[in-house]
Order: sequence, then structure tokens, then C-alpha cells
Amino acid sequence: MPKVSALDMPDVPKGKLPEHLEVQRTRVVCNADAPIHTEPFHYSGAFALMGVDNSVTLESFCKNLKIEVIELTEDTMEFDMIGIDASLANAFRRILIAEVPTMAIENVLMVNNTSVIPDEVLAHRLGLIPLNADPKLFEYLSEHDTPNERNTIVFKLAVSCKKGSPRLTVKSDQLKWLPGGSELEMESPTPSAKPRTYTSFSRSQDSMPEFANKPLGVKHQDIIIDKLGPGQAIELEAHAVKGIGKVHAKWSPVATAWYRMLPEVILLKEIKGVDAEKLVKKCPVNVFDIEDVGKGEKKAVVANPRACTLCRECIRGVNEPQVELRRAKDHFIFKIESAGAIPPEVLFTDAVKILEEKCDRVICELS
Amino acid sequence: MGADPNVDLSSLAAPVSSPVDKFPLLPAFLKVRGLVKQHIDSFDYFINHGIKKIMKANDRIVCRHDPAMYLRYTNIYVARPSRITDTINEPLTPHGCRLSDSTYAADILVDVEYTIGHGTAKTPKKGELKDGPPTLQMRRKVIIGRMPIMLRSSHCVLTGKDETELAKLGECPLDPGGYFVVKGTERVILIQEQLSKNRIIIDMDSKGRVTASVTSSTHETKSKTVFFMEKEKIYLQLNQFAKPIPILVVMKAMGMESDQEVVQMLGRDPRYGSLLLPSIEECASERIYTQQQALSYLEGKLTSFSSSRDGGRREGMAGTILLDVFLANVPVINGNFRPKCIYASVMLRRMMDAILNTDTFDDKDYVGNKRLELSGQLISLLFEDLFKSMNSCAADLLNKAYENTSHHSHFHLFQPSFILKQDMITNGLEKAISTGNWDLKRFKMHRKGVSQVVSRLSFIAALGHMTRISPQFEKTRKVSGPRALQPSQWGMLCPCDTPEGEACGLTKNLALMTHVTTDDEEGPLISLCYSLGVEDLALLSGEELHAPNSFLVILNGLILGKHRQPRRFAGALRKLRRLGKIGEFVSVFVNDKQRCVYVASDGGRVCRPLVIADKGVSRIKEHHIQELRAGVRNFDDFLHEGLIEYLDVNEENNALIALYEGDIDKDDADNEKDANKSKITHIEIEPFTILGVCAGLIPFPHHNQSPRNTYQCAMGKQAMGNIGYNQLCRADTLLYLLVYPQRPLLTTKTIELVGFDKLGAGQNATVAVMSYSGYDIEDAIVMNKSSLDRGFGRCIAMKKYSCVNEIYSNGARDKIVRPDTDPSARKSTMQILDNDGIAAPGEIVRNHDVLVNKYAPKNTGDRHPSGTPIDYRPANATYKGPEGETTVIDRVLLSSDPNGKLCIKFIVRHTRRPELGDKFSSRHGQKGVCGTIVQQEDFPFTERGICPDLIMNPHGYPSRMTVGKMIELLGSKAGVSCGRFHYGSAFGEPSGHADKVEDISATLVKHGFSYSGKDFLYSGITGYPLQAYIFMGPIYYQKLKHMVLDKMHARAKGPRVTLTRQPTEGRSRDGGLRLGEMERDCLIAYGTSMILFERLMLSSDPYQVQVCRKCGLLGYYNYKLKTAFCSMCKNGDNISTMKLPYACKLLFQELQSMNVVPRLKLTEA
Repeated sequence: MPKVSALDMPDVPKGKLPEHLEVQRTRVVCNADAPIHTEPFHYSGAFALMGVDNSVTLESFCKNLKIEVIELTEDTMEFDMIGIDASLANAFRRILIAEVPTMAIENVLMVNNTSVIPDEVLAHRLGLIPLNADPKLFEYLSEHDTPNERNTIVFKLAVSCKKGSPRLTVKSDQLKWLPGGSELEMESPTPSAKPRTYTSFSRSQDSMPEFANKPLGVKHQDIIIDKLGPGQAIELEAHAVKGIGKVHAKWSPVATAWYRMLPEVILLKEIKGVDAEKLVKKCPVNVFDIEDVGKGEKKAVVANPRACTLCRECIRGVNEPQVELRRAKDHFIFKIESAGAIPPEVLFTDAVKILEEKCDRVICELS
Repeated sequence: MGADPNVDLSSLAAPVSSPVDKFPLLPAFLKVRGLVKQHIDSFDYFINHGIKKIMKANDRIVCRHDPAMYLRYTNIYVARPSRITDTINEPLTPHGCRLSDSTYAADILVDVEYTIGHGTAKTPKKGELKDGPPTLQMRRKVIIGRMPIMLRSSHCVLTGKDETELAKLGECPLDPGGYFVVKGTERVILIQEQLSKNRIIIDMDSKGRVTASVTSSTHETKSKTVFFMEKEKIYLQLNQFAKPIPILVVMKAMGMESDQEVVQMLGRDPRYGSLLLPSIEECASERIYTQQQALSYLEGKLTSFSSSRDGGRREGMAGTILLDVFLANVPVINGNFRPKCIYASVMLRRMMDAILNTDTFDDKDYVGNKRLELSGQLISLLFEDLFKSMNSCAADLLNKAYENTSHHSHFHLFQPSFILKQDMITNGLEKAISTGNWDLKRFKMHRKGVSQVVSRLSFIAALGHMTRISPQFEKTRKVSGPRALQPSQWGMLCPCDTPEGEACGLTKNLALMTHVTTDDEEGPLISLCYSLGVEDLALLSGEELHAPNSFLVILNGLILGKHRQPRRFAGALRKLRRLGKIGEFVSVFVNDKQRCVYVASDGGRVCRPLVIADKGVSRIKEHHIQELRAGVRNFDDFLHEGLIEYLDVNEENNALIALYEGDIDKDDADNEKDANKSKITHIEIEPFTILGVCAGLIPFPHHNQSPRNTYQCAMGKQAMGNIGYNQLCRADTLLYLLVYPQRPLLTTKTIELVGFDKLGAGQNATVAVMSYSGYDIEDAIVMNKSSLDRGFGRCIAMKKYSCVNEIYSNGARDKIVRPDTDPSARKSTMQILDNDGIAAPGEIVRNHDVLVNKYAPKNTGDRHPSGTPIDYRPANATYKGPEGETTVIDRVLLSSDPNGKLCIKFIVRHTRRPELGDKFSSRHGQKGVCGTIVQQEDFPFTERGICPDLIMNPHGYPSRMTVGKMIELLGSKAGVSCGRFHYGSAFGEPSGHADKVEDISATLVKHGFSYSGKDFLYSGITGYPLQAYIFMGPIYYQKLKHMVLDKMHARAKGPRVTLTRQPTEGRSRDGGLRLGEMERDCLIAYGTSMILFERLMLSSDPYQVQVCRKCGLLGYYNYKLKTAFCSMCKNGDNISTMKLPYACKLLFQELQSMNVVPRLKLTEA
């Protein structure tokens, strides 16, 4: 008998991977004990023997990449990113969390603070308040720069609780924007000299066209900053500057950004009758449904695989699995929860731009 | 997780006679009792009763010369805590005392009657002195001293105050009290554990002899009587006798001359007689037959010390010793020795029982044989001693006054306010409590460390300190017995909470519901016993004493008589107790083995409340609990109505206690069907109360390996958090606070009962149990940087610096000077000063900054000539802290200290975020340091976008078996997803105080999680899913006080010790890092001689010496003549220069000073 390569066997599809390999290549299979095939096949020639090209070309990437926005609200966005590798999707996620700049309070000048919260802690709390300011309109404040209208936003907080009055809650809406810059005077070495403030604004920010109609302020008005007892008072000035989440989480523009791979639920065999009902009951998020096949016969179908949270109830403690849970490796359900300063859709394009810049830099360095 | 078919479900499903949820009793119990009631009760008893007893026992101060001259106390009482400032008596508050370094104390007042004038004057020279009887005068409210007052005791200003009133006094409502404030520090008198007094203990001593010993303790004397058997003969050992005395001699000396009588008293059993026979023979061989012979024999055996005490008078001494020392607890009325004889024979009988049957030995470690000495008793001892000293001092003054008044009528010398010196009691009490040294010569008591500073590291640490029991043995003894967990500890002492190391098992803690009794009147109990049919001892012959079917009745170690129906007698007493006719803490215990009924009303017994059950049916019904919930009934009502009673350890032996109502007496198979025959007498209130306060914080402790719970008990005391509502008003030397403390997501009932949910010490961290980066091996923790940015684990360390404005003996005082008004003209270290010359609050303070711009007078010794200005020198108080740390002055307190000097206290605050090496721990004895801090984007995330706060390595689990931690994770995860705090009280699953894992899993599944708590995670670095499901959820993490910032230390060069010129030791002195012996051994083994030379000499203490080659001694170098010189040879001819360690040179010189001549022989010169 002549030697025939296994790949030339009649049941091996030509120019296509056999089914089990295709699953390995494109899906993560979530077994009851552990997920398998989580890593992709990176090597372009991994399946060359079978005549399958595993390389990624720009054209195919451009052709296959698809983005579908599922949900878009003021602060959150859910969209499907299809036809992309996890490493790229992850790059966007990482950039969103750590590298898209925002404005946040960095320096706090305490004039008076008699509240129970110590100065440092109060400053830390102020830092974490999301500001409603577009960071693109500002420049970074580097170490030797003087704060000016292009790199600093100044807020003022002056609250006091009168003696005899009930306890007062200080909320973020009491942070007042000072478009003219700091009002506090520096202690100058020579008393005769003209007193200087802590910022040197050349003009008021509200006279600038970009802020004229849109006053700067905090995003959420009801964040509790402090509570004042009778007789206590806070007076301070908070200076917000531009920064990125890598340095401190307060500059992270997102509450969080993450993705999950598209769930795929496969019924390995037809499930009918009582078993079907059992299966439907097992799932807490209603992935399965029952379909009438006629004659009172009932059949389980996968109605809503996207809802699967991978609780693995359907494959738990079963000897012979009826269901297989999979994740598509190139389909990401991406979710961005913006902290408020920048709308989520803008955030994503910003992230893409940052990645682009980085790539440019690499190309530039290489050439 | 199917049901196990082997378990008989029908027995579980069987109808139970409506189990009543008795949990509401617990909060009610703690509401009336508080957590430290034992301390407060004991102190209250002393203040209200004990002090009066002491006064009555020593109420007369009589003049030696004239018995008609006397002073007599008629009453004694303690006032409310107050202090006289500027002649105004103003009430003290505990917090005020804490801040002003004063003692929270109240005046001790006495009413006295005393005599003035002479009865029979010696030499009436002038007419002013009247003859005739002295006039009797009365005086009320004479102050004899000040008594430190325990917080929340009956005399404290805080008792009965509600939360707002407490807040006005600056006090935390959750603070338990039970400690003292002495000189501004909070000190708690630890509970002292002791072997019970006045009880017969049968034991085997180190030589293998059977002994019966009684430690007698009465108000007058303390003694120890030991009977032991050696070579089949029984002897008495008493400190007053030099040698052991044959027991028969003692009996004869007490009037039992007939051997037959002795044998009869032991009982009819011939075995006892034969055991006693050798002793009888020995006595006969000594030819002692009569009482007189016996007494003279005893007198011959007296120690020289005891005989010399009374001027060598030996006659009658033996009789006195038998009367006063031998079995001192048995009273001898009118010289009737019979009770002592009976007591001795009972001791003999018990000894013989033990010889015949070894399991009748007493166990010294048995909790029922122990007594806990509380602050009240300890202070009472101290007060008694001081009161007596004061009285004897007063008597001296009275005598002196009497002698001196022959010339003038110094009536004021007889005034009680003159005779009674206040300082003695005030200073004595204050000194003892503030140092913890109880030195009482009168009672031969020298104890150290009785009181300790209350640990305020965390709220739990302070609570745990109040329940601590300090051991009776010294810690160095290598014995296992007292350290082992005693079965009788159940419910009384916490099985988990004990330190590790040398004090392991010796230092114990009280369980949640334990109460320690105080003394109760014996008199009424004695007469009650007699009227309940106890046959008086005096009416019984020796034969009748041990007649079968009759039990001896023993009250507090005193034999009252015998009773023919012990169970009926015990039942009657118990019934009376439940009716409230006798004290609720009186215990009745029928000991069948010893054929005795023990009635106890003495103080220091541990006991706990239990629900009374009749044949297994609880007396507490649903309507009782409903009334309790409605507030119309409190815990005391339950007690008074006989639904609940206190049982002590001994009485627990007569009870059969079920954990839950409806539990079946498993020992008796017949009872299983017939509930009416159940022998169950009591039901536990809640099983988790066997644990103490510290162990009560652990969720699911019954799923953990036992030592882990013990470790957590130690660590919970180091956790940072809130220490009290008044934490920001306090001025502790060191205080650690968490910035954002949380209450645990998985709570226990104990947590809610003690108030840990209001003063938490930790944060709920989302933990992923996985391996990450290798920086998590050996229990290290990987932390999320963004979590730290957002405030996780942030803490505040507050330190106190104080500075006193001194007033010197010549009247000169320090002055604080206003700094230069122009800030620019000031020195850089003076920048933070305010206009008053004191650093301002809110300023950032750096190392060497001046806190107080103070000047001290140059002349402090002799009087300053008036008119000339005083010379001052700067004496600034500067801040010493680590370089580069930004600390802030939080508060500045000005107060006058007890000496009237101005005291300035600075509270300096430093806020820290967690850093590499800071120590964290969960509540399951799993501590670990922060191994690395990782950016959030590198952290793994779940399908829901959740990113853990920290990552813990799974290798922490298998060897430690802390299953409780896993359940905590599951429970917390279910808790956050369904929005309900879950519970994990110990042993709480059957009663619903702990959520079952099954239910938790069901909740998790309902919210779309895996039942096992394992999530599908994506790697934050690659973006691909992880190849395993990760066990992830919230766990309550504590930040422990050990922080890198306080410990890190390195030095290149720095200070040296003057004596040896070697580098100093320790971080605080910027010391060097020692290359120790073992390290040296390594270098020797390696052969790196130059490194050794460099480390041990060049880098340490090199020194150049001049050595004389001739005499080998050290010379010196004369810098003027530029020659070296040997002072021994008186020339400089043979001098060589060499280097050696300075310590070596020092050694030579020290040897020379001791007349040893070390001579150096140089091979190369």
C-alpha cells in the first residue's frame, strides 16, 4: 500500500483546518475543571502543512475588523470588537486605564481645616473626585513649570458650620472653580514686593473661548467630601493638573474598562423532555430556552449565549457533558465605564490615537 | 453535593418541641453585664463592702500610755472622683485625667470618734490641763487618702450615662471600662489565677509521695498544711516545724489520745486502719501517749526561727501553732480542737482513698480547683496593708502627742486630720497600680506586673486585655500539664486565645459569657444548711461521720456536718437559689466519689449562665423571648424567675448540658424514644460563647485548624483600625489608625455584640488566590497599585512628644519666647513656630525642627539675687524624626502636670500608604508581607471587569488548612452580590448564626457566579484568559502594626560607643549591622582572611598602640617629644607600633587593673 500522508486522507478538508483544530485555534473551551486552548497560535506557519495560512495581514485585518456598538450611554459604552487578537484588545484596555490623560486635583493648599479629616486624607479625597474638564485643552505641568491657565484648574472650597447648627455635609458641588487662578498670596521674602499668588494666570480661564460656555467643575455634585461639626470649617484651594492613570489612579479616565470574549454555548446532543427543563432551570441567567418540536415534545435550545457568565452550572457534576461552553478568541465584548470627564466613545478613540502614536514612535525609532 | 445516604435523615427531621431561639438573651446578657463585669463587680464589692470589713477589723487606734485615749472609725466610704483645684472641689472625668496626666481617684472618707484631753495626766503642772475622763468627740468625713476609681464602676462618673452624655465627657460609649487611670496612663489589673484556698488537694509530689495539702487563708493568717506519706507512714509538714511530724503525734496533741478514736474517725473500713497502722506504731515507739507528751515532742521540733520569735519561750508554742497555723482555716472556738481533728481525719481519709484508688487524685489544673483573683481583691489586700500602716503610724503620733502634751495643750495634735496621714494610702495605691508591683510584707506578697498599661493598639486589643488571666506559675517552667487545654475550661475560658511561646497555655482569656464571682456572706448559708437537715459536726461521733449513705457537707472548705439525703439537700439549695432566696452565684455540687456535698459561695470562681431545662425541655418559652425583644423583660428577670442560672465549674459536673433544645441524651439509648426520661438539666445559651472576644472575630473558626485561630487571636491585637470614638481626642504615646476602616462583610454574632462592626480594624479586600509574578512566594502578597491609590490600607501613625516647662528649686523657670516676627529672618528650623513660640497645628514638621522655642535659666541651683536679670540659655525642644518623612503636627495640648508645671504635648501625625514589606493578615492566622505592588492594568480581571485588590498565593492553604478563610471568601462574595451581610459565628450552622456553604453556593449561582467561587479570569498582561479558574472574592484583611518604615535601617558610618569605640547597636542609635559569630565562622571557613580583618577591625574599632618589645606591655606616644615611650621600662628604645582593635587594648588594660599582666610577644617588629 502506498504511503499516504495523513493530511491527504479523504476526510481531511483541504485548505481548511480540521474541526478540532479549528476549535483550538479560534475558541477557548471552558471545561468544568479548567479552560483549555486559552493561548492562540501565534506562529504564522503553524498550519502551513495543512495549507492553512495563520498569518495576520493588514488587509485581512482591515477586512475582518468590525466594531458594533451595543449600548452607549453618557458614561458607559458596550461594543463588540470582532476580528482582532486579544493582545490588541488588551492594549486598548491597558491604555484606557493607564495612559489616557485626565485632569485631577494634585495640589491642595490648606488655609484652614478644623474638620475631623486630617489634611492629607482630605487632599487625597479631593484628588479622587472626577472633574468635568477636557484634558485635551490643557498641557502637562512639568516640575519646573509655573502653574498657568493652560495647565492648571483652581478650585476653592470654603465651608464652615456655624456653632449651634446641625452637622454639615460637604459635598463636591461646593468646590468652586476659580477661573482667575489662585487667590492665595505667597509669603514673599520681601514684604514690599507685589504679592504673588500660587498661580500665574495671564488671563482668566472663563474668558478663553473653550471654557466660556462650559464652566469647569466636578462631574458629580453629590460626592461626600467631609462632614463638619458645629464650629468646624474648611478653607482650601485645590489645583488640578493633567496626568495619566499610570502615575496615580485618580487620573484614570475610566472607572474600569474591560472586555470579555463572546460566549458560545454548544449543545453536544439533542436534549429533550425533562432533561431540557432541568437544563433550562440550571442556568441562572437564562441562556437556554425550550422549543416545542411538536407533539408535546420539548427540546432545549441555546437562546441567549451572550448572557452566559460562566457559572458552569450546566456542566457541573455531570459525567457526560451535554453542553460545551466556549469563548470566541477574536470577538470581544468591550465595555468602558467612564469616570465622567470624557465620554466613553471619545475615550476609545483617544486610546486608539495613543496606540497609534506609540506605533509611530516605534516605527520612527526603527527606521 | 448529594445527601449522604448513610446519614439518617429521619432523626434530623423528627419533630422538635419548638426550639426557641435563645440568641436574644446574649445581647441582653451583655447589656446588663458588659464585657468586663468581673472587674467592675469585684471593684464595686471592695468599694462598697470590702473596705468596710477592713475598717471594722482595724477600727481602733489606742494610745499606748492610756487606753482611754483612742480614735475609732465608725464608718468608711468612698466619695465620687473629684479633685480640689483652687479650693474648689470639682468633679474629675476620666478623659480629663488621661490628658492631664493625673489620677482618676476619689477621696476615702471616714467618720471617727476620738478623745481629747487626759484621763489621768502624768504630772499636771498647770491648771489648764483638766483631770477627769477624756471628752469624746465625733467628726465626719475625714479624708484618709485617695482611691483610684475603676472606670464604669459604681463610683465612676460614667456609670449610667448614655451615649450623648458620654460623648460630652469625651468618652467612647463602646469602651468597656474596668481599668484605672493613674498618672494619665490607663492601667488594667490583670486577673490573677490561683489555686483555690482552704480546699484539700490530694496530689503526688515530685518524690512520688501522696500528699494532702491545704492552703489556708483567713483574714489573720495564711499558712500551708501538708500531709504526706513516706515509707507507709503519714507525716505532717508545716513551716514552723523543722522536721515532719508523725501524724498521730499531731492528733494526740490536739487531744485525741486514743488510737481507737483516730481509727474510728477514719471510718470502719479495715483498709484504712491497716494503712494507718505503721503511723500508730511509730507514735508508740516514740513513747507518746498523752497530749502533754505530744505537745512537748512538738516543741522539740520547732524551728529555731519560730521559737526565737517569742524570746525563746517554747512552752505553749506548739499549742499556739496548732491553734493558729495548723489548718488555720478551721476555726477553733473556746479551745475546742475537735473540728480540727475531724478536718485532719477527713484529709487523712481522702489521702488513703487516693492510695487505694488512684483516680481520686485531685487535678491542680482543673478549673474548678482554681480561683481568679480580681482587681477588687488585689486592691483590698493593698488597702488593708496601707490602712494598717496608716493606723500604726497614727498610733505613734497619738503616743507622741500624749507625751508632749504635758507642757502645752496641743489639742490639734489629737485631731484626726492631724493623726491620719493621707499620703500613705494615696501614694501607696497610686504607686502600686502605676508600677504593677504589689509588695506587701504583711502577707509576704511580692508580685510584679500585676497591672499593665491597657493596650490601645486596636479596640480588640484593649478588650482582650481586660479578659486576660495571668498565670500562677512562672513562665519558665517546662511543664505541659498547666499549659494543656483542660476539658473543664469549656465555656469558661477561651480555648483559642493564648499567646505563643513561653506563656503558651498559661496566660488565658475569659470566654464571652464568663462571670467571676465575688464573696458572698457565709453566715446565713450556714444556718440555712443546718435547717435543711445538715447534722452538726459537734453532735457526731467519729464513727458516724463516715457512716454509709451519708455525705459530708462542706461549705467553702469548712466541714459543716453530714447529710443523709445529699441529693435532696442539693436540690433544695438549688431551688432556693433559683427562687432568689440565696445568692445566684452559690454553687452546690454533689461529689459522689468523695461522698461530699460542696457548697461554695467564695469569690473568684468562674461561672456562666445556662438555661434551665426540665427533662430536656427548656424553661424559656417563645413568649419569654418575645417579651425580651419587646423590652419588657431583661436578663435579670430571667435569672430571678429561675429560667436561667449560673453554674460554676464544679456544679457543671452535676448537670447534663445540651447544646440545643431537643438534643437527645446519646449516652442513654432508651431515652431516645421517651423524651420524658431525658436527664438533660441545662441547655447552652449559645455554643459560640465558649470562645472569647478575640477568637469571636474569626469567621467559621470551627472549620480552621486550631493553631490558626490561636495565631489570629494574637494578630487581631496588632491590627490597625479604630480604637474608640474618642480616638482623635486622645493623647497616646503611639496610636495607629486606619484611614478607611470597614466592618467585615462576613461578620459573626460576637463582632456585633462587642461592637467590632462599629470600630473595625481592617478592610474587605477582593482577593484572587493565584500565583503571580513570583513576588508572592512565602506568603507574600501582590497588591494592586490603583487600590492603594484609592485608599486601601492607608493608615495614620500618631506619636506624642511632650515637653515640660520646668520650674527649678530656686524658683527660676523656663520661658517660652516668641520667635522673630519676620518669617524670613527666622532660622529654617524655626519656621513652624507660631507667635506663642510653640509649633502650630497643621504645620509640616521635619527632623530638627523646633517645637518649642524655650529658654532655660543658666542658674538653677542657688537663689537668684533679686534685681539682676536672669541669664537664659536656649533649650529648644526639637523634633527628632526620620529624614525625608513629612509628618504633620496634628494637635498641641497645653496642660499643667500634677506638679503644677506647664506641660506641652504635641501629637504628630504621619499618614502612610502601604509599601513593600508592610505586614497584612486575614482573620485566619495567615499573615504575609506585601511582596510587590503592581499596576492595575497588569492585574487579572474577571468577565465582569472586577480586578482584585490583592493576590495571594494558593500555597498558603494546603499546609495550614484554613478552610474557614475559603468559606469567608465564598460568604463575602455571596454577601456583596446579594447585599446582605453573611454570618460565620462559631458552631453557628445548626442555629442559623452561620451561613451554610450550601446556601452560600446557591446564592452565588443565583447571581451568576460559579458555586465554587472560582471565576474565569483574563490576564492583564497578555490579554488572554488564564488557564485555570481562579478562586476570587472579598476577604477581610487587617493591616498589622509592623511596617517597614519603622524598621528599615542601614548605615555606612556613624556613631560609636565611647567605651569600646565600636559602632553602636540598634536602629534607634543609628547602629551598625553586626557581623556575628556565625557569619564570622562562614568567613573563616571560606578562608577570606582579609575580609575578616576588614570587618572585625578596620570597619569596627582600629587603634594604634605602642608595644614594648622587651616587656610586652603597652606604652604611649609622646606627641611633644615625638617619641614613643614604655612606662614600664622607663625608656623608648624597644617600642614598636601596631594596630589592634580598641576593644583588645581595653581588655589588656582591664586585665592589668585586676593584677593580671598580659604581655604581647611580637614575631615581626
